[in-house]
Amino acid sequence: MNTLKKIRKREVTQKAGKPIYLDYQATTPMDPRVLDAMVPYFTEKFGNPHSRNHVFGWEAEDAVEKARTEIAALIGADPREIIFTSGATESNNLAIKGVSRFYKDRKNHIITCTTEHKCVLESCRNVDQEGCEVTYLCVAKNGLIDPNQLRETITEKTALVSIMGVNNEIGVIQPIAKIGAICREEGVFFHSDCAQAVGKIPLDVNEMNIDLMSISGHKIYGPKGVGALYVRRKPRVRLTPLFSGGGQERGMRSGTLPALLCVGLGEACTIAGREMAQESERLHYLRDRLYKGITEQLPEVYLNGDLDQRIPGNLNFSFAYVEGESLMMGIKNLCVSSGSACTSASLEPSYVLRALGVSEDLAHTSLRLGIGRFTTEDEMDKAVTEIVTQVKKLRELSPLWEMAQEGIDIGSVEWAAH
Amino acid sequence: MSYSDKLIDHYDNPRNVGSMDKNDARVGTGLVGAPACGDVMKLQIKVTPEGIIEDAKFKTFGCGSAIASSSLITEWIKGKTLDEASNIKNKKIAEHLALPPVKIHCSVLAEDAIKAAVEDYQTKRNEGPDAADSKEAEKARLSVG
Amino acid sequence: MAAKTRSTYLDYNAGAPLRPEVFAIMAETLECTGNASSVHAFGRAAHRRVEDARAQVAALAGANFSRVVFTSGGTEANNQALRRMFKDQDTAILVSAVEHDSVIAAVPWAEHLPVGRDGIVDLGRLHHRLAKMREDSKAPILVSVMLANNETGIISPLREVAETAHAFGALVHCDAVQAAGKIPINMDALGINLLSLSSHKLGGPQGAGALVLSETPGLQASALIRGGGQERGLRAGTENVAAIAGFGLAAELARDGFDDAGRQVSLRDGLETSIRELAPRTEIFGYAAPRLPNTSCFTMPGVLAETQVVALDLEGVAVSAGAACSSGKVAPSRVLRTMGVDEDLARCAIRVSLGWSTEKTDVDHFLQTWGSLCSRKGTLATEAA
Repeated sequence: MNTLKKIRKREVTQKAGKPIYLDYQATTPMDPRVLDAMVPYFTEKFGNPHSRNHVFGWEAEDAVEKARTEIAALIGADPREIIFTSGATESNNLAIKGVSRFYKDRKNHIITCTTEHKCVLESCRNVDQEGCEVTYLCVAKNGLIDPNQLRETITEKTALVSIMGVNNEIGVIQPIAKIGAICREEGVFFHSDCAQAVGKIPLDVNEMNIDLMSISGHKIYGPKGVGALYVRRKPRVRLTPLFSGGGQERGMRSGTLPALLCVGLGEACTIAGREMAQESERLHYLRDRLYKGITEQLPEVYLNGDLDQRIPGNLNFSFAYVEGESLMMGIKNLCVSSGSACTSASLEPSYVLRALGVSEDLAHTSLRLGIGRFTTEDEMDKAVTEIVTQVKKLRELSPLWEMAQEGIDIGSVEWAAH
Repeated sequence: MSYSDKLIDHYDNPRNVGSMDKNDARVGTGLVGAPACGDVMKLQIKVTPEGIIEDAKFKTFGCGSAIASSSLITEWIKGKTLDEASNIKNKKIAEHLALPPVKIHCSVLAEDAIKAAVEDYQTKRNEGPDAADSKEAEKARLSVG
Repeated sequence: MAAKTRSTYLDYNAGAPLRPEVFAIMAETLECTGNASSVHAFGRAAHRRVEDARAQVAALAGANFSRVVFTSGGTEANNQALRRMFKDQDTAILVSAVEHDSVIAAVPWAEHLPVGRDGIVDLGRLHHRLAKMREDSKAPILVSVMLANNETGIISPLREVAETAHAFGALVHCDAVQAAGKIPINMDALGINLLSLSSHKLGGPQGAGALVLSETPGLQASALIRGGGQERGLRAGTENVAAIAGFGLAAELARDGFDDAGRQVSLRDGLETSIRELAPRTEIFGYAAPRLPNTSCFTMPGVLAETQVVALDLEGVAVSAGAACSSGKVAPSRVLRTMGVDEDLARCAIRVSLGWSTEKTDVDHFLQTWGSLCSRKGTLATEAA
């Protein structure tokens, strides 16, 4: 049996010589205990969970139902309210398009916010094209929305409010309990993309009045290619499915369920529920070490997003006068990202940081540091040293740093566009 | 995205990093790009009375490709005449460093930096040594791009 | 494999057991961290695995690798091809009446093309309908015909379907979920514009599939699931790297294994000879038609499929009473009914499907159990009445 202690020990030897992984918001390493749970379904238990004629099918179906129960338990839901999907992107698409399309004759307004994940914004744009009005709430400088502003935005035409639990770039925790209470009072469905929140912070769909919640497997040490959508039964939320076919998942999501991946997601949820409190404490310690190490040694480093209303596994810094991409290239032994993985190939500065009011030049200097279950103290110290060294080196190279040292206000310079 | 060895070498060991006295009449300064676009290059050249670039220094805020492009041109322009330096095309820089398509603009910026530095040097020569001290001229130079 | 000692699995069309090589590559991939969209080393390694798989899947379809869009499975691929790309309900779409539920349900407004008793789509009727549509100046847009049927294994004459469709300016979508890996496919030679594939039907894992697009001028692909712009904007969502890698390898192994088809045909033909001896009045559907090498769909006259399937399961033999998605339902097979098989007969049909790990002993185990059931059918037959 794999225990967490054993795993950490093994990880240390396996990691030797490899870069340090600090991109836990892009994806997490799979927990070996999750793989252990999946193994039987690779080999002897390979049945199609929808085959009702034989033991192979029943075994697979039982496994899928057990996983459904495990997921439900983590968020205080009933197993019948969990729909398996191929991941949080599909869950978000299904929640937003599904609710919007189902209710569009009566209600045609959706409220979301500007820092949501791309797939939420894309889904909103999609329903916008279909005639549904979308309001995008702005966030304050700390990355959080104002619940009062939300209340004022709700109209009798509002069908859905979609606000994420935890932001993928800056790790801030939105006031979802407050948002849920407002939505319930106003009689509006509340969807929350909790891909980055599940397993990291305690969530309860009933206490928080969440009607739809998106869950991802690979953000919580489970496999990629599987996720879930929580869909409330009382009061019932109805959806127009994204795809149709065999009518699996109560008709809301057709297609053969990947039993193997469902089992992985279930196990990942169980582990997360059991170890959340302990892990959160450990990550707080590591995060503080990283935060202090960097900010005490480097001037003009700015943290993006609120420090307190934030999951412990994330830091997002702007290193003034140092371009983010070149910094990433310099910190060769660290795997980090300058923003969300989806857009990491593009040269645009992060729209999330722009939404916080971070100036475009500072947005170009940003780095996301994501830590998690297998991050060690030693890795934090190495990361601090490497980042500090590189930032210093690149500042020596930076004409902007030089100008700043000379007392020239960079903002007052008239830069020629190119 | 993967980078060529030459590019990585210039990034890891940038050549001719530094600054020269911008008020020196023999020095031409080119400052191109903008922080909001994610790239700023400062290229300085020191020119002999015969019009030969005897020294070059750079500082760059930008991605690895931008740093490598500017480092490379400091090597290339040393010993060249102003005309020869001005004729260096971005295509040659991009080819030499095997820049990926999304990074071609870095080589364009490097070409612009050479032109700006040469132009600055020539403007200074035409205006005479006194003009170089004025703050106004400084500002004008910065906005030449 | 443990399953073999425990029981006999003859339900490959519902899902094939994972090949051991596929298990190995998946386990290895699952242990590698990395989001395929991240630019750092971990991300690039994941990306490489996805691209290797893309080439492997493309080779199975006879397509260019750049035309493969990975999805969560065949159902999603079919929905993307039909529901998303041809979503305007006024567009004229013809689908064969024996298509999988995911095709039928994706375009409920589509016109259904009948099939003959042999299960083969009526080409004359296709031509007629397309001509009629043109007469009514309603341009036919799309014809969707599956390459091989999941219940009967009957292979459709796709080349002829495509020639006819193209003559009227219509595109062709083909659900090749069941055919892929069992018979060679060359989508360009067949004239297919859009092809759906599924991983778990060919020995890969569940949770991966693909939509393959031909290089047809004017073919406008669009996304069903939107977000981070993965799969060239045609399918958002973090790539399911391990399942995709498994799918790729399974596709390659299936391609290498086409020579196994001869072995499966002889096992299947042997099985059919024996069941005819055991039950002379049995009907084997599509017997004379071109069929997949691994599939046999037949009746035990007077004995309900449910009864047969349960009795077989008790003896450790897994077969199916129809498509897995609708297995829970007691309704007789829509596919067989569409072929003109009468309801009582259709209720007595089961499907046996073989695959890469099936051996003669498995077939014998089935025959022994089915044969003993057959000899008791005098008592059982009353249940069906």
